Amino acid sequence: MITTSSRFHADAALTWLLRLAGGAAVLVLGGIVAVLVIQSVPFLVEHGWALWGNDWQPGLGRYGMAAMVAGSVLVSMLALGIAGPVAVLLAAWLRYFAPTIRRPILILVELMAGIPSVVYGLWGMLVLVPWINQWAPPGASWLAASLVLALMILPLALLVTDTALGQLPGRYLQAGQALSLSRVGMLRRVLLPQAWPSIVSGLVLQFGRALGETMAVLMVAGNVVQWPASLFDPVRTLTANIALEMAYATGDHRIALFASGLLLLLVTAVLLILSWRVRGGEYEPG
Amino acid sequence: MWLQRWWLVLAVMLLAGCQPGADKLVITGSSTIAPLMADLAEQFETHRGIQVDVQSGGSGRGISDVRQGLADFGMVSRAPTSDEKDLDAHLIGRDGIAMIVHADNPVRALSDAQIVAIYTGALDNWSELGGKAGAITVVHKAEGRSTQELFLDHFGLSSDQVKPDLVIGENQQGIKAVAGDPNAIGYVSIGSAIYEADAGVPLRLLPLSGVPATLENVDQGRYPLSRELNLVSQGALSEVARQWLAFVTDPARAETYHDYYFLPVSR
Amino acid sequence: MSRADRIAGRLGAVLLLAVLVPMGLMLWSLLDQGGGLISPAFLLEDPRQAGRAGGIASLLVSTGGILMVCLVLAVPVGLGCALYLSEQVPAGSRRARWLGGVLDMLAAVPSIVYGLFGYQFFAIRLGLGFSILSGGLALALMVLPLMIRSAEQALRGVPLSYRQASQALSISRWGWVRRILVPQAAPGIAVGIILSMGRALAETAVLLFTAGYVLRQPDSLLDSGRALSVHIYDLAMNVPGGMPRAAATGLVLVAILVILNLAVRRWLRPAQGVWQ
Repeated sequence: MITTSSRFHADAALTWLLRLAGGAAVLVLGGIVAVLVIQSVPFLVEHGWALWGNDWQPGLGRYGMAAMVAGSVLVSMLALGIAGPVAVLLAAWLRYFAPTIRRPILILVELMAGIPSVVYGLWGMLVLVPWINQWAPPGASWLAASLVLALMILPLALLVTDTALGQLPGRYLQAGQALSLSRVGMLRRVLLPQAWPSIVSGLVLQFGRALGETMAVLMVAGNVVQWPASLFDPVRTLTANIALEMAYATGDHRIALFASGLLLLLVTAVLLILSWRVRGGEYEPG
Repeated sequence: MWLQRWWLVLAVMLLAGCQPGADKLVITGSSTIAPLMADLAEQFETHRGIQVDVQSGGSGRGISDVRQGLADFGMVSRAPTSDEKDLDAHLIGRDGIAMIVHADNPVRALSDAQIVAIYTGALDNWSELGGKAGAITVVHKAEGRSTQELFLDHFGLSSDQVKPDLVIGENQQGIKAVAGDPNAIGYVSIGSAIYEADAGVPLRLLPLSGVPATLENVDQGRYPLSRELNLVSQGALSEVARQWLAFVTDPARAETYHDYYFLPVSR
Repeated sequence: MSRADRIAGRLGAVLLLAVLVPMGLMLWSLLDQGGGLISPAFLLEDPRQAGRAGGIASLLVSTGGILMVCLVLAVPVGLGCALYLSEQVPAGSRRARWLGGVLDMLAAVPSIVYGLFGYQFFAIRLGLGFSILSGGLALALMVLPLMIRSAEQALRGVPLSYRQASQALSISRWGWVRRILVPQAAPGIAVGIILSMGRALAETAVLLFTAGYVLRQPDSLLDSGRALSVHIYDLAMNVPGGMPRAAATGLVLVAILVILNLAVRRWLRPAQGVWQ
């Protein structure tokens, strides 16, 4: 039997414990930002606006990061541009056109979601890049990176979309059938628009994964610091840059890489805020 | 219940980890040397029962880890620079840097001037060099690698003059890039290149200034683009550290160096 | 069935092939290069010659250690945070929006930033060095948002009627959480744990900076130990002649992840929609 007072103690302790755990999430983010800021402030004060150049020559003290920010964003955008529509169309197709094979296919897709990104990168480097190279050298390029990332984020993008479609009330379907809309028409006019907010929020998370991916991109993007003039030009992303140079960097160069970590965080934050706007501002759990 | 047991396991493992590990060496640095060191470390452990931790990550990291006291030795795949007077360098071996092209590339040799022209973008098609027409894919190493620094230094280039088509991190990435692109040219450690070419990977090592890229030529000092492989340390060496240095420079280890296509300093 | 529907039906099939074929090719190339090496000995032997010979036994131990540290931190904190969100923060309130925003940010932080943070904070500031502990802790931070979100979803999925019933019986909140809420949500929470494990196992960049590169069997959590994913990367990118064993290690890792995913499937039904 629990007495009232001990119950009160247990509950109060629980409340505090949970607050602590909730605070932990904030603390982690704060800690990461703090470490990055502390590491990079002296550098930012000194170099400041020079970061917005395109000229990354750490050996010569030139730390322009704009081209790499562009690289990160362009590679991830194209990846999402490929994987997003494919995921949405496939999820809709599986649910409304081929329900019999939906389960087995989803199982397969779940398995694909488990493949580590290094494996995607290896495949990209050994198969995809030489293949693109035959048509448009050098092969390692914006396109190659985006294709590998698209393949990498596609499984989860598809699963998220499937979940979003699954949460639609069945009456939409019935109403559509009553109006004898074609399935394509129903999808276009009713189902997809209804599921859109949750589809978008799922896709944004995948965009974040693409933006943050390091190893797979490093292996296929070509890593030349430049604004790509075409899909077949190599690019370097911020993440690849950190992974390529961190172990070799000393002094200002090293701090510049920490600063680029901070920049990456900022880019992520901006994109998230934009996505909240797209979703209509309201945060919904899940 | 299960959670409590986990904590217990964690606590036990932590305590086990807190035992003083005086007889342990930490070696960090050059990714070129790291596989060789890992192999030697394994042998040292079996022979002497002393643990040696090898961490990869580049010559620069080796130097900074030694300075910060994180490592006993730093692996540095070049000669120490004037900024590194505070460190003691122990020469353990030699390596060269080879220019590599795809095995199907008919071009058999390039002059230094041609290589400079290719890397600065002045020459961008193999047809201008007597090869099959095709845009040259210039493979360059990422900033901070000692291979890259030596390459630039040898050809008198500054890093912003180079117009690469592909920037790579590790040797193997360079080899895979060149093997996968008939129009590529790159430069990697001679050891890795010979190893892979012998294993049937389609790539060829070009002679440099007319000297074929072989280990013998590096050994006899004829090959122009060779480098030192060093272990650097700071301050007085411990007994274990001295044993380790003696071990890795012992002529009995020469076989291991050859396995990785490096030249041991001792013969 | 309208014409548009017929065309859409075929288009979908083509699309499906366009996705499945590259995936199949990818696995096939792994099998082609590394399949022949897979044997019990490969799993039970330690690597030799920097990984060019021998197996991956010590790496399995290191990977297991890293995973354990990761879960020991991420599961209790993640569950606590999820309970806080589901129990003490009214959905849609300002605080829920803020916390949700922070979680979204954390989920979107590129893994390499966790690597930088782990290196600077755990390895250097806390003096843990390159160790399984540093690696596991950094990974824990990385998987925390995923863990929190899946657990929160599972907790919110417990029917309101249970809560009302427990309130009617005047069960304490602690009792409600411990005896009813968490057990009811357990399958969903388990899904979160397994997903987090999958994410952690697949990670390379973070571990490169924290757990390190050492091939030996670790003696304690303060030893450096190489994870499977790091091994794949190093063998493929840095060790001459490492490719076959890189592919074989890749196959083992994929197999482990597939088994974990199958485990998720077993638990999935009660808690749909935790994919992040």
